[in-house]
Amino acid sequence: MRIQPPPRPAYRPLYRTVALAAALVLASACTAGGGKDKDGGPAADAPQTIQVWHGWSADHEVKAFEDAVAGFRRAHPNITVKITGNQLDDQITNAIRGGNPPDVVSSFTTDNLGQFCQSGAWQELTPRLQKDKVDLGIFPKAVQDYTQFKGKRCALPLLADAYGLYYNKKLMKGEKPPTTMSELAALAKKLTVRDPDGTIKVAGFMPSVQYYEHTPQHIAPSFGVKWLGADGQANFSKDPGFKAYLRWSKELLDWYGLQNARKFMRSMGQEFEASNPFQKGKVAMAIDGEWRTKFIEKEAPTLDYGTAPPPVADDRRDQYGSGFTLGTIMGIPRGAKHPEAAWALVKYLTTDTQAVVTLANALGNVPSTRDALASPDLKLPPQFKTFMDVFRHPGTSTSPSSPNGGDYLVQFQEFVQDQWEPGKVSDLDKGLRDLDVKIDKALQLSGG
Amino acid sequence: MTVLSARRARRPVAAPRARRRHRLRVLAFLSPWLIGFGVFFAYPLLATVYFSFTRYDLFSLEYVGLTNYRFLLQDENAWRSMRNTMWLVVVMVPLRVLFALGTAQLLTQLKTGGNVLRSIIYLPYLVPPVAATVAFVFLLNPGTGPVEQLAGSVGIPLPDWFNEPQWSKPGLTLLGLWAVGDVMIILLAALLDVPRQLYEASAIDGAGPWQRFRHITLPTISPVLLFAAVTGVIQTLQYFTQAMVAAKVAAGQADQPGTTTAPGYPDGSTLTFPQWLYDEGFRQFNMGYACVLALVLLAVSMAFTLVLLRQFHAFADEEVSG
Repeated sequence: MRIQPPPRPAYRPLYRTVALAAALVLASACTAGGGKDKDGGPAADAPQTIQVWHGWSADHEVKAFEDAVAGFRRAHPNITVKITGNQLDDQITNAIRGGNPPDVVSSFTTDNLGQFCQSGAWQELTPRLQKDKVDLGIFPKAVQDYTQFKGKRCALPLLADAYGLYYNKKLMKGEKPPTTMSELAALAKKLTVRDPDGTIKVAGFMPSVQYYEHTPQHIAPSFGVKWLGADGQANFSKDPGFKAYLRWSKELLDWYGLQNARKFMRSMGQEFEASNPFQKGKVAMAIDGEWRTKFIEKEAPTLDYGTAPPPVADDRRDQYGSGFTLGTIMGIPRGAKHPEAAWALVKYLTTDTQAVVTLANALGNVPSTRDALASPDLKLPPQFKTFMDVFRHPGTSTSPSSPNGGDYLVQFQEFVQDQWEPGKVSDLDKGLRDLDVKIDKALQLSGG
Repeated sequence: MTVLSARRARRPVAAPRARRRHRLRVLAFLSPWLIGFGVFFAYPLLATVYFSFTRYDLFSLEYVGLTNYRFLLQDENAWRSMRNTMWLVVVMVPLRVLFALGTAQLLTQLKTGGNVLRSIIYLPYLVPPVAATVAFVFLLNPGTGPVEQLAGSVGIPLPDWFNEPQWSKPGLTLLGLWAVGDVMIILLAALLDVPRQLYEASAIDGAGPWQRFRHITLPTISPVLLFAAVTGVIQTLQYFTQAMVAAKVAAGQADQPGTTTAPGYPDGSTLTFPQWLYDEGFRQFNMGYACVLALVLLAVSMAFTLVLLRQFHAFADEEVSG
């Protein structure tokens, strides 16, 4: 017996309802992340409360931020500033997508600026800068570069990190800090102490990218590299600086022996603990950020050390004194409800000399304006001066933003760590060309 | 007659209405599940399919057709991560099930101390995966780890587990075997559930230990084995935390805000498919492409589950007919 199907017309309204609901749901999915840009809001002099998110979490960091904002509160009694710490990019992104972001945000991940600017998640600040006649010349050039993406400036700098050479005076045995990469390699060999079985006891300078801050991003600028070409495409095979960097690091690494170097690195302590090998006297020279001065002050107060600008490639001696910089950025998210007051605070924290100095003193970071760099109120250890000099040097560079979170840096580091250092690359030119193609495809996928 | 005719005449109208009411009642009873299914499965799945045709950076959206699917074909990391994940599925899952079965079998044989040993074997499973992985990498560190030093003192050279590409996945498998308590406990329950009289009868018939295991234990616990295998495969296809933490710890990379590092150290050998999916979606902001990867993961999970179900059903049928 054949079972008759139920009469279909009875279901049509139900199908229609389901289809309509699905379409509505899908349409809502398509508009996810579309928190409306409510530009406007109350004027800066109207009574209002603004929400500020920053990423610092330690007690002294949170206090430093509060102290820096204190001057703003005095100058703008009509604006109540509510501060929330320990808010990183994930939380910020979710808040913007949810359409209920704070009024002011900051990020440690400068590599993400490309995405923030390209997508409009952080508001373009140029009209406000022009309206208030803020001269961008108050920031060094590298800072101006890492706060914009393809001409769109959606952030301002909130302190900066600069990199320099740390050297242990006792382990240097009277030698002066090197100024060129050749001198650095020669001195590294001279200062290295090995056990009879070849094991490294004290490393003069560890060139591997696995040594904490010795990433290509921090070392390759000494060779004057340009990460991306004018067209925004990967430049690794076209810029001879990359090959020079790779050959320099491989030559020194091979002198140590890859296995010896790896064994040494596995036996050393943690980067951000008292067991850090430079602080423990296991490394004579290291490239590190200015923050290390604070760590040494706290964790190795008896360490006799000096700082100097990072050495440069031999054919760039005239650029000695320059280096690499990057830093925390601050902006106004799309959908901020009090953009005028938010702008007033962003402008204050990033351009007011006293605010910048207060933060720099407490956090041990480089003040990001020229006036703050020259402020007599800075209370930082004498070794810190090197980093401020590097920071303001006209030749100091940064790594440009990309729409995919600085993926070109990650891919290059992967290439150096997994291919180049173990000696798996027989044809360097071809290896770098292939890398460029891979990076460009990833950039293209992201709309770069 | 007239009344009867009238009733008959009304029936075609009344029946659909009754059926509709019946269906609505069924729908009403099903609605909690339907709503849950729709909101937590159907909608996300539809949205994932939709986003897979777009360039979506979490903020802005642009239709790009099949671009993301084309990129998948040339994405070395996607295929590498798939190979790594398959390695773990093929090696780690069976090893975990076998190891858990062996351990459970051993526990059923113990006359004394079984409870203590059971707790000891189960405890590592309760350790949070991040803490367990960090501890494991430190213990096996060839430079400072006590296991390495202990083995070295008695002349046994150990591999550089998490720093050599060929040893990193076996290292993760060791970690998986160490925390085998979840599988062990369900298999132990299944083994204790096997009727004793079957063993007694087979012993009288002269069956040896292997025959008893093959023809009594295995068929009886096969549904639990199927469950362990299927959930193990699904968990391993989603393997993320341990691989990521082991890679970061072994590479000496501090996971501090502001830094971006490549996953999968050493040499991409610990890069699993979910890690690459996460990296594409949340580090590189290619959410559209990450949706393509998510759909691939769904398809692979379903395929594995179907194959396993068929294999186990075939085994069960064979036992019944045999």
